[in-house]
This record gives sequence, C-alpha cells and structure tokens, in this order.
Amino acid sequence: MIKALKKVFKFYYEGFRDMPRWGKTLWTIIILKGLLVFVLVKFIFFPNYLKTNFDSDSERSEYVLDQLTKFSEYDDTIKH
Amino acid sequence: MMTLLNIDPSLVDWSRAQFALTAMYHWIFVPITLGILFIIAIMETRYVKTGDPEWKRITKFWMKLFGVNFAIGVATGIILEFEFGTNWSNYSWFVGDIFGAPLAIEGIMAFFLESTFIAIMFFGWNKVSKKMHLTATWLTALGANLSALWILVANGWMQYPVGMAFNPETARNEMLNFWDVFLSPVAVNKFLHTITSGYVVAAIFVIGVSSYFLLRKREVLLAKRSIIISGVFGLMAIFAVIFTGHGSAVQVAQKQPMKLAAMEGLYKGGESAELIGIGILNPKKDVNNQEKPFLFKIGFKGVLSYLINFDKNSFVAGVEDLVHGNPEFGILPAQERINRGKLAIHSLKEYKKALKHEDKTSANMHLKTFEKNFEHLGYGYLEKPEDIVPNVSLVFYSFHIMVIFGTFFVLVFAVFLWLSMTNKIDKLKWGKPLFILGIITIPMSFISSELGWVVAEVGRQPWVVQDLLTVSAGVTDISSASVQTTFWIFAFIFTALLIAEVSIMTRMIKTGPKTKEGGNK
Repeated sequence: MIKALKKVFKFYYEGFRDMPRWGKTLWTIIILKGLLVFVLVKFIFFPNYLKTNFDSDSERSEYVLDQLTKFSEYDDTIKH
Repeated sequence: MMTLLNIDPSLVDWSRAQFALTAMYHWIFVPITLGILFIIAIMETRYVKTGDPEWKRITKFWMKLFGVNFAIGVATGIILEFEFGTNWSNYSWFVGDIFGAPLAIEGIMAFFLESTFIAIMFFGWNKVSKKMHLTATWLTALGANLSALWILVANGWMQYPVGMAFNPETARNEMLNFWDVFLSPVAVNKFLHTITSGYVVAAIFVIGVSSYFLLRKREVLLAKRSIIISGVFGLMAIFAVIFTGHGSAVQVAQKQPMKLAAMEGLYKGGESAELIGIGILNPKKDVNNQEKPFLFKIGFKGVLSYLINFDKNSFVAGVEDLVHGNPEFGILPAQERINRGKLAIHSLKEYKKALKHEDKTSANMHLKTFEKNFEHLGYGYLEKPEDIVPNVSLVFYSFHIMVIFGTFFVLVFAVFLWLSMTNKIDKLKWGKPLFILGIITIPMSFISSELGWVVAEVGRQPWVVQDLLTVSAGVTDISSASVQTTFWIFAFIFTALLIAEVSIMTRMIKTGPKTKEGGNK
C-alpha cells in the first residue's frame, strides 16, 4: 500500500518537476484563478444567502415560502 | 384585487444579465474540451496501432492546446453555482433536491475521473505503457462528457420538470423518481444535442488551426491527418446535431410550445404550419395587433407541422394561440392560467397559515386547491398574459443563424475531408481563400454554439422552471447595485481569461508542435 502511494506521489512529483514552461504558466493561471474564484469571489461577493442568513432548514423554508407567497393576493371574485 | 410581484425589475434584469454573461463565457471553454478529447483519443489510437511517431507528435500538439483550454476554462462553471446561492436563493431552494443529486455526482465524477486521467495524459508519456496512456485519454474524454451530462440533466428538468413532488411545507421539490429525471426525453435530447454540438465546435477548431498551417505551408502532414480525423468526426457529429436538434424541437413543441412559436416567428398557429427558411420579422408586430409577422420570408408550407408531428396537416400552436387560448385545440388562455396560478399561491399561503394555527380542516382544503392548481403555479407571478411571450426576434434570429451556420458546417466538413482524403488540399490553386475560410469558421462555430443556448434559455423566458417559477420569483431580494458590481467584476475576469486563452493558444499554434517526437516505450 505504502509502496503504491509512494509510486503515485513520485508520478505526480516528477510530472510537476519536469513540466515544460507552458505547463507552469498554465498552473500559475489555474492557481491565481482558483484563489480569485474561491477566496475573493465566493466569500466576499457570493455568500450563500440562505445559509448565511438563516440557521436551520425550517427557517429557510419559512423565508422562501414567504417570498413565494407574499406578493400575490388572490382575487376570490374570479370563478374557476 | 390581486397585486403583483413587485421585485425591482432592474434587480431581475441584472441578475439575469449576470447569469447569462457567466454561462456564455463558461460555454466558450466547454465545447472544445468535450470534443477535442475524442479527436485526441482517436489520434492516439492511430499512434498505438501504427507506432508511427508522427501520430504521437500530432496527438501531443492537440493535447497541448486542449491543456490551455482546460486550464483557462476550469472553474468558470463553479461561479454559476455561487450565483445560485447568492442571487437565486428562492430558485435554489425551490429546486434544491432535484439539483442537489445531479450536481453532487458531477462534482465527484469531474474531480476523480478528469483530474486522475488528465494527470496520466500529461505526465504519463514514457511512464506508463502505451495502452495505459491511451486508456487514460479515452477515459478523460468520457469523464468530461459524463460530467456535462449531470448539469444538462438538471437544465433539462428546468425545461420540463418531472419525477418530483413539490412539498408545500418546505417549499422544495423532492425527487420521486431519479430515472424520470435522468431519462426525461427533454434531458436526453438536450444532453445529446449539446455534446454533439461541442464535437462540431472542436472539429472546426482543429480544421481551422490546420488551415492556418496549410496557409503558411507548414506542418502539412499534421494538418492533413488532423483534417481527416476531425473531418470524419465533425461530419458524424453534425449529422448527430441535426438528428438530436430535430428531437429537441419535437420535445419543445410538446413541452414548451411558446419557445417553438418564437423560434419560427409563428404568431397565428394553425394546421399545415410553415417552416421558415429565412425571414425578416416585422418589428411592429406584437401579439395584440394584426400586423403581418414578416417583412420578408421564404417558407415551406406544412413542413413545420410534418417535422413536429410527422403529419403535414397537423396543428402547431402560435404565440397568439398560447396567449389568448384556442379552445378548439384545448389551449387555455394565459389569463386563465394566471388566475389559477394566483389561486395556487393564495392556497399555499393559506395552507401555511392554517398549519400554524393547527387548523387541519382548513389546511387540507387549501392543500387540495393548491395541488389542483399546482401546474399553473408560476403563472401566478405574472402581471398580464403577454408576459409569457419571450423576446421573439432574439429567439427567431438566433435559431435561424444557428441553423444556417450549421448547414454551412456540413459543407465545410465535406469539402475539407474530401480534399484531404484525395490528397489535393495542399496542391490547390485556390487554397488561400479556402484556408482563410477554414480559419474564419472557428469563430462562426462558437457563435453558432452560443446561439443554441440563447434559443434554449431566452426562448423559455419568463420561466426559470417551466410553468412553475418565473425568473422574477426565483431571484433573491438583494440590492441591484451589488449584482451590477459583480456583473462588471465577472465581465473583467472572464474577458481577461479569454484574452489569455486566445493569446497563449495563438502563440502555441504559431510555434507549432515539437520538431521531432520519439516513440513511446
């Protein structure tokens, strides 16, 4: 098992070590983009609205039900 | 009297614009990934079968371009999921259980399949056997396509919500039958049509880049071999696109007839409906006036009816039938559906109230009314019947340009393939304009692919979940200014990524592949 893990580690280690310059440029882009997307964008601009503002699923349900029903008032003179 | 959903319209528009921007930029990167991996796998298969190091060189060159596209495009889709949580919280909660399963599978599959096998693809040359490497390449291609499957299944459900039940106590849809969601005819057609359209874009990309080499009289063997592989692959893909596109249109006619009417500019439906080949819409026409729908058109009577219902005399609904109703063909007026939708919303509200007061009799009564009218729920958020009409001209022109470009691509694949197979392509007297055309076809394929999404998504407005939830009801009630800010941040980030992609790729293409390639072990 340890031998297999060492082999996998060596595979990735050598892969990254021997990577050509264009590969390194792409990895720099991936890492920068990852930081931008997962740190800046996600936490500063995109908190999950329901998770951040409510503690439980029942509170979230309550809120969404309110949102979905609050604006529309039914005219009961309409026949169906 | 009823009051209307008074969400700030600029919030709805900015949220919509932000999602459209993110999705359209994301889709620039996806089609090449979906298709080029199969082209690379076929090239590598040729290498493994023949042992010819030129095939390895060709494979590695396209793999490099795939690497650029993958690196720049990866994680652009995750932003859509952030937007669901922040800007579309009502919608996310409403669809939660249906979206949760497919997206979780997508995440796990994309991570394990793609990341593992992509590593072998790039790091594994001369470290694993030829066959092992080839298997990794094929599995990466399959993995990428399978991960697209799940998000498209989720999108298919939004267009045709099946296999679920709405729980009025939690305001969430709960999955009743996974297979109904997974194998819904809309989802199946959408998946096949979308991935095969990606194959077409990738094949055109390979032909376009090969045209550049032929234009420069460089890498002629690479260009010819690449055109043959991508020409066959692209030709097969474009016929699959046509077939699945027809399948999608049949589904649209049944499940989203307004979208089909907009695609064809069909205002007044009827029997022996006409298929419009090309046309210019009359900008003065709307659903309530008697203006002619077209200033100019070339149409084929009965063909739309035949393509949709396999009967040239059958009825196809138009915009006016769907807005004003058509009792002869059992189409309810939109106003009636709006009334029923409002009754559904009212019952849901009263049901909740009754539950709070532990009034079981009243709760049961309102629940029954709600369930009876649930299929019209989304109409309750609309102001007037005309609100069910999407932007007809945007949908019509997008659809027709896509079809015209698609037809042109058949010709491009056929000509390039024939000239390469007969070994004439590098000896042509009129090669220069042909190769320039090959290069120009690259942006055309992207435009066509994006227009497909415009038809699918603009055509289903105002719905975020067909008939059940409107875009305005699905949006989070946050400040419009914050959505505007993030819109411009994304516009900047994605444009920077696109510039990076184009400049890195252009540089790599200009440099070309390695001069010589040794054989694999």
